[in-house]
Amino acid sequence: MFSRSYKTVVTLPPLAWVAVFLLTPYLLMFCYSFWSVSSSQTVVHSWNLSNYSELLAKPVYWQTLLRSMGIAARVMLLSLLLGYPLAYFLSFYAGRRKDLLYQMVIIPLWVSYLVRAYAWKTILGSDGVLNTSLQYLHLTSHPLDFLLYSPFAVVLTLTHIYTPFTFLPIYAALEHIPRNLVEASHDLGATPAQTFWKVIFPLSIPGVLAGATFAFVLSLGDFLAPLLLGGPSGIMISNIVVSLFGAAYNWPLGAAISLGLLVLVASLLFFSERLEKKWSFS
Amino acid sequence: MTSLSTPGSVASTQPVAKPALLSIRSVAKSFGRNIVLRDISLEIAEGEFLTILGESGSGKTTLLRIIAGFESASSGELWMEGERLDRQPPYRRRVNTVFQNYALFPHLTVEQNVGYGLRVAKLPESEIVQRVAEALDKVKMADHAKKKPSKISGGQQQRVALARALVKRPRLLLLDEPLSALDANLRRQMQVELKALQREVGIAFVFVTHDQEEAMVMSDRIALLRSGELEQVATPREIYSRPATAYVAQFIGHTNLLKGNVRNGIAQSGPLSWPASLPDGPVVFSLRPEQVRVGGSSAAGTVQVRGRILHQAFHGATELIRVGCADGLVLVTRTSAGNLPQQDVQLEFSASDAVLVRESPERI
Repeated sequence: MFSRSYKTVVTLPPLAWVAVFLLTPYLLMFCYSFWSVSSSQTVVHSWNLSNYSELLAKPVYWQTLLRSMGIAARVMLLSLLLGYPLAYFLSFYAGRRKDLLYQMVIIPLWVSYLVRAYAWKTILGSDGVLNTSLQYLHLTSHPLDFLLYSPFAVVLTLTHIYTPFTFLPIYAALEHIPRNLVEASHDLGATPAQTFWKVIFPLSIPGVLAGATFAFVLSLGDFLAPLLLGGPSGIMISNIVVSLFGAAYNWPLGAAISLGLLVLVASLLFFSERLEKKWSFS
Repeated sequence: MTSLSTPGSVASTQPVAKPALLSIRSVAKSFGRNIVLRDISLEIAEGEFLTILGESGSGKTTLLRIIAGFESASSGELWMEGERLDRQPPYRRRVNTVFQNYALFPHLTVEQNVGYGLRVAKLPESEIVQRVAEALDKVKMADHAKKKPSKISGGQQQRVALARALVKRPRLLLLDEPLSALDANLRRQMQVELKALQREVGIAFVFVTHDQEEAMVMSDRIALLRSGELEQVATPREIYSRPATAYVAQFIGHTNLLKGNVRNGIAQSGPLSWPASLPDGPVVFSLRPEQVRVGGSSAAGTVQVRGRILHQAFHGATELIRVGCADGLVLVTRTSAGNLPQQDVQLEFSASDAVLVRESPERI
């Protein structure tokens, strides 16, 4: 169809972009993770595994990683519990209002992440909307302090932010289910509940897996929500990376954590992809 | 012209041999302002093979979906064995459907697809296994039991869909153009198999198609739908030899429609005239091409006309010949006489073979 030179011209810029802005930083990070920092805070370009042994030796990193994974898992679960019914309702029962409702789910994605995180801060704070309302209604006598600067606040905010990402693939999967399969199921005597569990849900599993992966991976790497709303108990692994690259000026250790996280996420993506393939029948 | 008595009345409630299994009573359906079905009344007998025949947009699939329960009628009732069927959800009706593109569950194997309806009914596993095996055997798909639907051909998917519906032992099986996706050869083969299977299981079939040939081959009775109304319900032979309306006559096979007038007991259409004991007024007759003979015997009760061959179409065993006669009359005759050398021919038909039909009013 297209000439060889045309193809080269068209594909070169994106390839160059990926090489310069994606692969090179990864490579640099990879190198940094095997270097170290001297006492005078300069990077020593000697190859060793000290960063990785430090990560394994100090429980703070492990604990933070586990907490981050716990938060990500909760966000994933909550956004599935919110996103699936929403997608199911929209796909099967919304009728003519489908497009409007779909837009309403998408619109929050256009609002800056920062704005939404700050919004939760003003809602959950001790002088926030929620606490003042509760006190006004005499349901509590003093502000509830677990609302803000806690893992709860982080989970709540991340769920709010990432639920559309879970909703979208599930909705797409549900939209792809031929409606005559649902009719065939009813025709064969299956009740609506049986039809859901035996036909609709199994066929939507690729969407569920994609949505769950989105929510988990995006939450795991998040640093703004814990920074703004997490407080000391809500710190996540990315906050440690940020501080290592910033205030602590220990790029090699930060790079080692990042690389570990990258390997973790990449293997998650790999397995979720495998599972999705296993469950798709087109 | 509606004052004329017509042979074979519209939607004839022709007595059926066995008691009615399903009665459709004055069913109408509209989507918004769009009227899809008007006043459909139809009885389906136990063990009968009834075909709902019609062009696309005639409402035939909608009628089927109303029986299955996927659509609800705007008015009218469905009765099955003394119970209102139309008030039951589809999953309670003892009616099963073979869908147009089969609607097999892609995540289940052939075996699991067939067993689905028995499993949701929570039958004992041993019975499910046995009935599934029997059903797959019946449609010759036992060898493919463990395959996923995507791994078998269209014709095989068709058989699985049939087995999946029949294994439920329904009182009534609905088939929505099940053969339309198959190629011509397989299609003819499946027509024969399907008809044989229906005889064997003795379940009433309601078969929807737009193919009049298919309808003729397979059906005990044909219900011809046109723009949401029944034109005629009759056996294939009756509908062919005694079409109620001009539309039916044209839709089923080839025909010559002779428009004309009756005056003083004589029917007149262009250059043709013959005695007809009908009241005076405009009339339409249907005359099948095979009733028109080439050559003249001038026997009593025949009508003769001369004409010139316009076109000759070879159809294998027979040929259809268009003959132009006087006054712009064109008659089509079916003959097995082979290639006719002469351009001018004598045609003749028996006056009794010209069937009076009602003019079909234009409908939108």
